[in-house]
Amino acid sequence: MRVNGKGLIDRSAPVGFTFDGVRYDGFEGDTVASALLANDIRLVGRSFKYHRPRGVLTAGSEEPNALITVGRGAEAEPNTRATVQEVFEGLEAVSQNRWPSLGLDLMAVNDLAAPFLGAGFYYKTFMWPRAFWEKLYEPVIRRAAGLGALSGLPNTDRYERAWAHCDLLVIGAGPAGLMAALVAARAGLDVILADEDARMGGRLLAETHAVAGKPGHGWVAEVLAELSSMENVRLMPRTTVTGAYDGGTYGALERVGHHRPRDDARRPRECFWRIVTRRAILCAGAIERPVAFRNNDRPGVMTAGAVRAYLNRWGVAPGRTVTVFGNNDDAHRTARDLVAAGVHVAAVIDSRPGVTLEGFRVISGAEVCNASGAKALESITIRHQGREEKIATDCLAMSGGWNPSVHLTCHMNGRPTWAGDILSFVPSPGAIPGMDVAGACNGAFSTAACLREGAEAALRAAEALGKRAAMPDLPLAEDDPYRIAPLWHVPGKGRAWLDFQNDVTVKDVKQAAVENFRSVEHMKRYTTQGMATDQGKNSNVAALAVLADATGRGIPETGTTTFRPPYVPVSIAAMGAGAEGPGFAPQRFTTSHKAATERGAPMIEAGLWYRPSYFPAPGETTWRQACDREVAMVRNAVGICDVSTLGKIDIQGPDAAQLLDFVYTNTFSTLAQGRVRYGLMLREDGFVMDDGTTARLGEQHYVMTTTTAAAGLVMKHLEFVHQCLRPDWDLSMISVTEAWAQFAVAGPKSRELLNGLLDQPIDDATWPFMSCGKIAVQGIEGRLFRISFSGEHAYEIAVPARYGDSLFRLLVARAEGMGGGLYGMEALNVLRIEKGHITHAEIHGRTTAFDIGMGRMVSQKKDCIGKTMSERPGLMDPERERLVGLRPVGAVRQILAGAHLFNEGDAAVRVNDQGYVTSTCFSPTLGDTLALAFLKRGPERYGEKVRMVDHARGVETLCEVVNPVFFDPEGGRVRG
Amino acid sequence: MRITCPICGARDSREFSYRGAALALQRPAPDAGDDAWADYVHLRENPAGDTRELWYHEGGCGAWIVVTRNTVTHEVRSAELAAEVAR
Amino acid sequence: MVELIAKSACDGLLPKTIGSLTLSEAAPEAITSVTPFRGQEAAVSEALKAQIGAAWPAPNRMTGRAGARVVFSGRGQAFVLGPRIAPIAGAALSDQTDAWASVELSGTGAADALARLVPIDLRPGVFRQGHCARTLIFHMPGLVMHTGQDRYGLMVFRSMARTLVHDLESAMEAIAARG
Repeated sequence: MRVNGKGLIDRSAPVGFTFDGVRYDGFEGDTVASALLANDIRLVGRSFKYHRPRGVLTAGSEEPNALITVGRGAEAEPNTRATVQEVFEGLEAVSQNRWPSLGLDLMAVNDLAAPFLGAGFYYKTFMWPRAFWEKLYEPVIRRAAGLGALSGLPNTDRYERAWAHCDLLVIGAGPAGLMAALVAARAGLDVILADEDARMGGRLLAETHAVAGKPGHGWVAEVLAELSSMENVRLMPRTTVTGAYDGGTYGALERVGHHRPRDDARRPRECFWRIVTRRAILCAGAIERPVAFRNNDRPGVMTAGAVRAYLNRWGVAPGRTVTVFGNNDDAHRTARDLVAAGVHVAAVIDSRPGVTLEGFRVISGAEVCNASGAKALESITIRHQGREEKIATDCLAMSGGWNPSVHLTCHMNGRPTWAGDILSFVPSPGAIPGMDVAGACNGAFSTAACLREGAEAALRAAEALGKRAAMPDLPLAEDDPYRIAPLWHVPGKGRAWLDFQNDVTVKDVKQAAVENFRSVEHMKRYTTQGMATDQGKNSNVAALAVLADATGRGIPETGTTTFRPPYVPVSIAAMGAGAEGPGFAPQRFTTSHKAATERGAPMIEAGLWYRPSYFPAPGETTWRQACDREVAMVRNAVGICDVSTLGKIDIQGPDAAQLLDFVYTNTFSTLAQGRVRYGLMLREDGFVMDDGTTARLGEQHYVMTTTTAAAGLVMKHLEFVHQCLRPDWDLSMISVTEAWAQFAVAGPKSRELLNGLLDQPIDDATWPFMSCGKIAVQGIEGRLFRISFSGEHAYEIAVPARYGDSLFRLLVARAEGMGGGLYGMEALNVLRIEKGHITHAEIHGRTTAFDIGMGRMVSQKKDCIGKTMSERPGLMDPERERLVGLRPVGAVRQILAGAHLFNEGDAAVRVNDQGYVTSTCFSPTLGDTLALAFLKRGPERYGEKVRMVDHARGVETLCEVVNPVFFDPEGGRVRG
Repeated sequence: MRITCPICGARDSREFSYRGAALALQRPAPDAGDDAWADYVHLRENPAGDTRELWYHEGGCGAWIVVTRNTVTHEVRSAELAAEVAR
Repeated sequence: MVELIAKSACDGLLPKTIGSLTLSEAAPEAITSVTPFRGQEAAVSEALKAQIGAAWPAPNRMTGRAGARVVFSGRGQAFVLGPRIAPIAGAALSDQTDAWASVELSGTGAADALARLVPIDLRPGVFRQGHCARTLIFHMPGLVMHTGQDRYGLMVFRSMARTLVHDLESAMEAIAARG
């Protein structure tokens, strides 16, 4: 029910929205919760386990009951707190966890079974038979329990992430936060003021107190006007600071799009901020705790502060006849504000004896012991001087006291301290380096104390940052004492709720204690108290008070569970924003990418690079047809392949040669200028890291080639060796991978092709195998390397990348005119397997130079990275699995990579394992399947037969062990 | 977590990649023996307290850095250029 | 006879204007990396001054002016963005002209858009004009330069040009759509 003349909503701006399909009206400034209460909607959801009818409990982000789904289809957002969701024209909200409808929920049968469903019920009941766990129990339990449901559709919404930096982050814009921001900003600090509410002001918007002689919200408006006029202040409303992390970094979730229609598809729903700050002041306020009594979860039972907030901020009376129940003076304010606004207050029940107040009926020394009414509160029963009395009421405002929001101070292992005067925990000083605490979250509850603490914390922050700041004249504000007496739960029969969201009652916590789950962490997990999306914000302190009582210990001794980030639920979409689709990882494209895709080449990802798999020709229907043709082309004519993705590292300086000798197993200081050498690189533990060719371009100038996959790794390794092991060596290294477009020109006609393009023709005498040097194409200077991965007479030609597309197209046209053409990764793989050349399929991190038959490449004349460890007896053992070739000899002509090898006649079981297959292909050149494999004592076993067994794919064949160089073992072809 | 690169200044930890204990700087002589090499390659302390670690400013200037960090408080106490520490 | 045709790194991708922001390709005439050998820093700085009128920069700084800048590009290394330079005794030079995709983001809110992608402190009072940084641009290692009022130069490896444009475009759109 709206109350005339109250509230900060804009009554000139009506807003229509729907809840469960029914249209309601609210006003600009309403939340869904306030608008539903204004429309006298009390029942808004069903509880998690028992499907109990539930209404709005709070007025903030801690709300455990009023969870709704907003939007529909792919846009549906489940578990939205109605107390946070602002209304806007056209908003569609539906209730959750009920079937078929909110009013008639058949799953509410669970509530009747409640005597059996207490803490530990699932653990005890669904133990046997074991086979039922996954097939029966879990699906049934999951269907019965739960909150909102995901749409199951891909999320089409945008999210974003962003960074912000400041001198001072003020968390919370209530009286303490506003004062802190103001003082710090006036002192010249760069300030970010973040508040999770749409409207800044905190409790000053929910109370009737005057500040500096004007209404609280009026003072707030003045402060915000000053702050927003300052260049050094950034106001971040709708932004919840969710976590405190190392080094002054804070996580924060900003709701960017939730409060308005989706009229721009580019607008993010949320932004997840990383805020890096030199200092922070936590002004997060406090959360009121309920009192546990029988049926205290009835719709209409709310926290007293929330009732006051609905009245004062939103102009809503949550009931027509309100009762108030509490153990502290603050609860009385609710009664006073209601009466002043003309709302009937039936009674104020205070658990403390001797309380007298004027203006309404006060029942002192009494307790509420039951609440009645199924889907809405109808009456309460109070117990007073041994007698029970029923009072008709449709709204009970309860207060068990206020818990400072200490959460963020505990995110780096801090533990809060028990404060007996306020019967709650307060932050321990210094829990987060660089963070100060002020106001209600520090246990200072009066407005005057909040203003003072905020100002003082700002002064400390300014001083720490070397800025001068003056203590301002603090505005005059209420400074009432906060008096409270312990009241955690009202004894009696029936169920009294602690954790509304996970349906945990006083009885459950006691049961946990009886079953010896006495540690608060154990109690939490046994009962699930505090494990719902509200993370126990409403229930933690009361639950551990009950546990403390049940175990005969004090509350400080019982302690709290661990508060971890995030403070409120954060969607994964926000944390991972941008990192999907093309934003998932950088996509690296070669200069020939466009030309390759124009020819219909399917792309495969090689690290971050996209490389063509094969180039389908007209009439070809399978990749094998294209691959076989491309291989034959290279062997018989000439093929073109983009090899720009291989890493290229430019190494220059007086000590360049020395470095290469140290990182490669073989020697490069002896390499002649204009020549190229194959090199093998080990890790310090003696296993192979990478291989590639290195060319000597000048006396002190080399260019190293790495594999595509290991380019970054090798660069990092070289920098490590230089900076950490040989810092006195004078040399320079820089990646030039991207500077050059480099293409393999391979095949018997490769030189003929090049000579049609190069400004100066080449011949065998000036460009022998493993030579390199400068060339020019139409005056464009490039580099030519006579090297070969295919085993053919081949070159790699490099030009500045800007000419890559153009040169590529030229090369392809020329090759095609000579009976050749493009080849892709599949053909490249076949060509290298035919030659027994290794890739990272073979040098996979567990193989040594010895294993791949390159033991003699480890020079005995010098030290190198990995040399000492590679000489360990275990790494030189002839019994090791070593590189061999395999050819099928049985009826089955298939060899599969990953399959294991066994001796003929041995059972195909682990203990008989002789090795494994790493690479296989069909060789069109040799007309048969070939494979590279690692086999125990491999090179000693040429001619033997071994069984290849692939248990996973059910393939078995007999293979002959052969030299891994299947084709042209003499190597005559590369020399042309 | 933030690391102050001696060259670039304070940066978010995502700009850096981690290698392990700064022991890696003390490479034994080739003939130092099996124990010395096994210690160097495989054995690492796991202290509750200050550790010296190698980080690489991979998303930055490319410097290798020796970071002294407390494993209990997560405090980053200092960061020095590995090339200078190694000298 | 054949002719090789040059294509820039962002060929076909730019320019783009979204809201108040414009993203355009801004490739310098040449990019040359310069790494002085031991003890040669001062001599190299003099040589650079003689060739293009800009001295060796401190870390996170650039010297010179548009069209002839020397930009800190890493440990003991700087990029000359401008005319091709002649060899310098005492320094390793490497032609990086084609290795990078270079773009410029300009307009009101440029720093806000960059803050979606770049983890460093971009506040104008901290990352001033003339400052630069080797840092991350979303997932990519890159170079960020503050070249003028609401004007930033960005460089990533050439092969990542498309991702750079994609990521910046997303950030620009998000800024524009906030309204």
